[in-house]
Amino acid sequence: MPSAVSKHHRSRAIAALALASALWPAGPLRAESVLVSNEKGNSITVLDAETLTVQKTIPVGQRPRGIVLSKDNRTLYICASDDDEIEVLDLDDFTLKPPLPSGADPETFALHPDGRHLYVSNENNSLVSIIDIAQRAIVGEIPVGVEPEGIGISPDGKWVVNTSETTNMAHFIDSDTHKIVANVLVDPRPRRAVWTADGKEVWVSSEIGGTVSVIDATSHAIAHKIAFAVPGVPSEAIQAVGIALTKDGKLGFVALGPANRVAVVDTQSFEVKKYLLVGQRVWNLAFNHDETRLFTTNGISNDISEIDVPGLRVLKSVPVGNQPWGVVVRP
Amino acid sequence: MLGPYTTRALLALSLFATTLPGSAAGAADEAAPAALRIGFLSVAVKQPAPEPYLDPPPADEGVAGARLGIDDDNTTGRFTGQQFALEEEMVPAEGDVAAGFRRLVGSGIRLVVTDLPKAALLAIADLPDAKDVLLLDAGTEDDELRAEKCRANVLHTLPSRAMLADGLVQYLVAKQWRRVLLVVGPTEADGAYAAAVKRAITKFQAKLVDEKPWTYQPGARRSDTGHYSIAAEVARFTQGISYDVLVVADEDDEFGDYLSYATTDPRPVAGTHGLVAGAWARPHQEWGATQLQDRFLHRAKRWMTDRDYAAWLAVRAAGEGATRAQSVEPAKLTTYMRSDKFELGGYKGLPLSFRPWDGQMRQAILLYDSRALVSVSPQPGFLHQFSTLDTLGLDRPESKCHLP
Repeated sequence: MPSAVSKHHRSRAIAALALASALWPAGPLRAESVLVSNEKGNSITVLDAETLTVQKTIPVGQRPRGIVLSKDNRTLYICASDDDEIEVLDLDDFTLKPPLPSGADPETFALHPDGRHLYVSNENNSLVSIIDIAQRAIVGEIPVGVEPEGIGISPDGKWVVNTSETTNMAHFIDSDTHKIVANVLVDPRPRRAVWTADGKEVWVSSEIGGTVSVIDATSHAIAHKIAFAVPGVPSEAIQAVGIALTKDGKLGFVALGPANRVAVVDTQSFEVKKYLLVGQRVWNLAFNHDETRLFTTNGISNDISEIDVPGLRVLKSVPVGNQPWGVVVRP
Repeated sequence: MLGPYTTRALLALSLFATTLPGSAAGAADEAAPAALRIGFLSVAVKQPAPEPYLDPPPADEGVAGARLGIDDDNTTGRFTGQQFALEEEMVPAEGDVAAGFRRLVGSGIRLVVTDLPKAALLAIADLPDAKDVLLLDAGTEDDELRAEKCRANVLHTLPSRAMLADGLVQYLVAKQWRRVLLVVGPTEADGAYAAAVKRAITKFQAKLVDEKPWTYQPGARRSDTGHYSIAAEVARFTQGISYDVLVVADEDDEFGDYLSYATTDPRPVAGTHGLVAGAWARPHQEWGATQLQDRFLHRAKRWMTDRDYAAWLAVRAAGEGATRAQSVEPAKLTTYMRSDKFELGGYKGLPLSFRPWDGQMRQAILLYDSRALVSVSPQPGFLHQFSTLDTLGLDRPESKCHLP
């Protein structure tokens, strides 16, 4: 029975962890952990990815939203939106190191595949700022539309896509020249921009439009538009926000905000296969490293939900801090 | 004088006049961007000082929202090769509004945001010069202008009184506070507000237990101990009536603030005071509203009011129409604005659009007091075959306005 096997597996992993941590305190055998930013709680919650028990709650700056792991997974960068800086959380000893500059009101950001640059959306002044982590400096500013939001960087690092919520566009930015090469008009209030693993498409969610536009990365044309309908849920409650795409190019998951559901999309046919009921106002999504689990932040019910990816079912929800927003899984 | 923002916008314009796929993009690369000039027409109204004198009406109310709307339109426009400008005609009290309007139209403007009282708006809308002009009314809540006196060349971005009342009464019904004591001030506007509340009470099957005119004029309310006489009057006024909620109609802030905590029975106050139904509110932070509040605070150095919000909506509606229609030609973009494809983000959840039958902008109604957003209508469970937003205000079948 699969559940028994996994349970057995889990207890062994815990035993191994106990042993490992006794011998090598910061060693590589550490189990995966789920890191959640709590927008109103001004904290980061750390959970064991296997047991979903809360291990730590770390107080951070004001209004933490976007979070991203460093390339070596030893540092968590945190957009402290109301403190106008990027906080740097050392994941070995869970202490805050000196912050990075961010420009005003950083909401979300993405780490360039080179591991050295963060691309930050400055929501209040219509800019994308480029932060050089080693230099601790803003090395570029790119004017974009009103209320820049999601940032997605192509797997090869060449293209940065930024959405602007009030301008309703996905801006394609050349990461070498910092020039915008295309502006794609999408449905109202675009949020996330997520690249497929093959770098051929960008999925852009529209919160008010309630749709996902699948943009061809070469032609910059909208190749598909995915709409959602949940029986018994008014269409206005369906607001597309977080997106997670499997590396094998088969499944897409879309968080539908106040519809309290995650849509499962077949990425070949673009049909919605299933709606998974999670917590209230589901916002962002993150896989574990082998993509067997998907974690969701649920902003109103103050919890995260765990989805079994092969089984397409919700396993459980566990409470975190006040208004969970961002989520990443540390291997 | 160019502020840093303007300088940056101009720089961005020259650097990033880029291609919008499928749009008139090439034009943006070489030629000057396509420009749309939007008029703003207002007349100063001599108002009595509100009571209590805590929130004096800002001198730039309304137009400050339009100015921010132009900024937002231009931030988008630099990617679509479109530029937007506001031409302001602020007519002094008792000045010639028609002359101001003619100056705007004479300079080629065909879209005018108005912040005018009802009579002045009607006079302008009926001018021969206004035949091919679209007026975006951001200054009236009047139900008649959306009914018997509606005009084909006028769209409305403030919610009507009917919408405000429906939004409030939906909430009262959802709370099971069905028995309403209606207290009505002396002005024509108070009467119109009360009429809308009574219509909403019938529509949503609440109950009007009594309607009482407020006539007391406390002479000495600013003097020491003045509050005694007011409190005694409110207690006497509300004695011997069995009701769940007091709904007050006092649009000019004459007495509404004195009702809370002074009624004989402990009952909440709602309407124009207490729990207020409105288009916009200082405590509103949901659906990204914090961003609009921040931008407005930064630009105007004060909080956004309903009239500022309505003017911002009007200018943004024109900008969004131009973006989506890929044209700054007034005829083209207004056709798009009026179509069922039009969707404007208004920081209140559901996208906003114009009702084809009376030109009213569909929008959610906020229910709030000075410190908290209490609820947002439409309330859950109030359903509609087309849009739940059409549970607020006069729906197509009951409307007395049928625009072509």
